[in-house]
Amino acid sequence: MAPVAPRSGDAIFASVERVNAELFTLTYGAIVRQLLTDLEEVEEVNKQLDQMGYNIGIRLIDEFLAKSNVSRCVDFKETAEVIAKVGFKMFLGVTASVTNWDADGMSCSLILEDNPLVDFVELPDTCQGLYYCNILSGVIRGALEMVSMKTEVTWVRDMLRGDDAFELQVKLLKQVSEEYPYKDDEYSEV
Amino acid sequence: MAAIYSLYIINKSGGLIFYKDYGSAGRMDTNDSLRLASLWHSMHAISQQLSPIGGCMGIELLEADTFDLHCFQSLTGTKFFVVSEPGTQHVEGLLKHIYELYTDYVLKNPFYEMEMPIRCELFDINLAQAVQKDRVAFLGR
Repeated sequence: MAPVAPRSGDAIFASVERVNAELFTLTYGAIVRQLLTDLEEVEEVNKQLDQMGYNIGIRLIDEFLAKSNVSRCVDFKETAEVIAKVGFKMFLGVTASVTNWDADGMSCSLILEDNPLVDFVELPDTCQGLYYCNILSGVIRGALEMVSMKTEVTWVRDMLRGDDAFELQVKLLKQVSEEYPYKDDEYSEV
Repeated sequence: MAAIYSLYIINKSGGLIFYKDYGSAGRMDTNDSLRLASLWHSMHAISQQLSPIGGCMGIELLEADTFDLHCFQSLTGTKFFVVSEPGTQHVEGLLKHIYELYTDYVLKNPFYEMEMPIRCELFDINLAQAVQKDRVAFLGR
């Protein structure tokens, strides 16, 4: 009865409500700028962006599941493909490619050639340690945690730091058992 | 007579976070609804383990003489279930729609705290419309 998982998010992207891309980009920029002012330390801003992303991710996953009609993924490889092709398309309007699988299929890279968050951004010298898009890594970590996958998501390449693409490494740490009894504390704030 | 008697939403730990009844049949007080929710949560979990079929996701439909109970569990563990008149059709579609309303009007509300009882007016309004539409469709059949 489960419908076949869509291989791309185009149809969903076309049907959901969207906002002006520039408004989105500028709003995100304003948030990062405000965090830099409030927290002063670049490291703290990275941490805060990741936490904000996590908080978004744990809610976003349900919208993703409700509207994308994807069914349970059989393995982590499928999960990565679904994030890259359906998830990114649905929420950011771009798709990512999945590469750099390690031998045991526990870690891979999501590569973004196009990233609407950074359209007008140039990192000043004072912010060289900043992972400007760190909110994205938090979103992925939070979303996967709600479907019982503990992951670690880190930036490998960042165009704002002079690389040729955005590359996120997603590493599956462990799969939390879904069998009853659930351990509530596994889902508490990290 | 209403097709849908009542709607329950339970969080992944089995706590009732939303209850609404439609019409007089099967109305319950707060204690009973909480009891039913946690009972269903446990029965659902037990059914997964008892099922002879591997990868079973738990009871989807319970048919009784006086009511049907349709249950939908999201992959994140939140359960939505509807108690309806026996033989009511297309409840899966309604549950799926309620899940979408939940993601739109509950989870996107920045002041809603995860896993806590749902008190969101927009959700109530949109839910009422969805159930009303379902009822009209039911009467039209």
